[in-house]
Amino acid sequence: MINTVYRLCAPRRFEIAFNDIDVNSGVIVRPTHLSICNADQRYYQGTRDIKVLKEKLPMALIHEGIGQVVFDATGAFQPGDKVVMVPNIPCEEDEYIAENYLRSSKFCGSSADGFLQEYYQITPDRLVKLPDGIDPDVAAFTEIVSVSVHAITRFMNIAHERRDRIGVWGDGNLAFITALLLKKMLPQSEIHVFGINREKLSDFSFADGTHLTTEIPEGFAIDHAFECVGGNGSPIAIEQIIGVIRPEGTISILGVSEYPVAVNTRMILEKGLRLFGTSRSGREDFRRTVELYQEHPEIPIYLSRLVGSTVEINKYADIKDAFEIDIKKAYGKTILHWNI
Amino acid sequence: MIFAVILAGGTGSRMGSTDMPKQFLEIKGKPILNHTVEKFLPNPKFEKIIVLSPKSWIGHTREIIRKFTGKNDRIAVIEGGSTRNETIMNAIRYIDREYGLDDDTVIVTHDSVRPFVTHRIIEENIKTALNCGACDTVIPATDTIVEGDGTAITNIPDRRKMYQGQTPQSFKAKLLRDTYESLSDEEKDILTDAAKILVMKGKEVRLVQGETFNIKITYPYDLKIARSLLDTDS
Repeated sequence: MINTVYRLCAPRRFEIAFNDIDVNSGVIVRPTHLSICNADQRYYQGTRDIKVLKEKLPMALIHEGIGQVVFDATGAFQPGDKVVMVPNIPCEEDEYIAENYLRSSKFCGSSADGFLQEYYQITPDRLVKLPDGIDPDVAAFTEIVSVSVHAITRFMNIAHERRDRIGVWGDGNLAFITALLLKKMLPQSEIHVFGINREKLSDFSFADGTHLTTEIPEGFAIDHAFECVGGNGSPIAIEQIIGVIRPEGTISILGVSEYPVAVNTRMILEKGLRLFGTSRSGREDFRRTVELYQEHPEIPIYLSRLVGSTVEINKYADIKDAFEIDIKKAYGKTILHWNI
Repeated sequence: MIFAVILAGGTGSRMGSTDMPKQFLEIKGKPILNHTVEKFLPNPKFEKIIVLSPKSWIGHTREIIRKFTGKNDRIAVIEGGSTRNETIMNAIRYIDREYGLDDDTVIVTHDSVRPFVTHRIIEENIKTALNCGACDTVIPATDTIVEGDGTAITNIPDRRKMYQGQTPQSFKAKLLRDTYESLSDEEKDILTDAAKILVMKGKEVRLVQGETFNIKITYPYDLKIARSLLDTDS
């Protein structure tokens, strides 16, 4: 079947391409709800390194999305099943290294075409069935939720078990999701959020405390921390975390920065801290995320606060409009209703 | 119920020296007809995808569908008629015989040589035909259209009101059949497509936005374009 693919060919410019899908193999999914990530925006706006852009474009963007199964030659899914697509495509297995850290893995919208396609052909292990009744605008950004689930799961395996007070740095989408999931996955812990925007921090109503980074109470300490800031704010956030974290605490780094970040290694050594990075997620994290949606139905309700705007995509030009709307947003996720 | 009606009645006379009807020519190693039929397969709304072929090519059509697309109970190959509209009537007769017609039976008729049709165009056709009775897929005309008498221009219509017709054209099957049967032989003789059946009788046919790339592969030049469009993947 001839499949229409909408690729970014240069910053702010999409083009239409076609590929041929074998209708008798794998699973064919019709994407229905897609969500724009900051990583997509870095390609769209051309803020990635020129060499990277040259190497990767043209490429279909978007790695957060859900769809409906239209055909499954493998028999794992039924036509009509609502599914979330796992954008990580492992090419090998490793006993110690998770699929999302294998350098050979491909990732939709980064090293392979993303979900901006009429249909998407995928293997059944890259799909997780969604429960009935889940808000599709929320389910659309399950990928970023699974990244937090992945980070927290790793944290639980790495950090020491005194977890009385955990700090989350950042007041954006990832911080909101991470703080919310920490509250649900570690209900005994106090969750404190540190940000720079008082208005945004007021949205974290489920947290035990919110603090402006300029107004952290004297002597306030945390056992562990999650850095969800990224970008130019990374160095300041990490510096502040190192300052308030108790000795032998664990710092989970989630924020992406385009530039190398200077870190106060003297204090890391003196306090015996552990820093670990997390990036992306794997199938098991998606499965656990969907399980959490079912175990805690309030999670998708809280997450619906992140739905910033929804854009109907009926024609090619609407894709560009959606990315421009997303640039102007102050907060939240831009969801594409994929009708094209 | 909703049915796809794939019109594969062409004999390939405009495709230069080839004897093979154009719908059987290959793009990326697969006949154009298969590519087109496969665009309708993923849509669960279609009860059946009915392919209408000239009598002498029915066996070949069945064979290539089995070989390139795979055996599928949702695809039926039947004989077309002497004209485009007679072919559509054959499809309606088949539906009536096999399933029975009701007021909401919809047919989405499509040229077998337009394999670049999209999910969105098909969905909008179904929705519009169900809500409004009939629709035609069009794109705004980019060239100025002129009317002439063979020697000179007689009129230049306002381009803003001009569209180029594509397919699918979709209809409530009973509405189309009953209107067609009400036409005189003279009226039938001047029909160029199915939408005109309703337009001649003052019935509304809604417009559905097509795509510039939803091309009809008619001439060797079109085949080259189609092949190069699919090559963008490599």
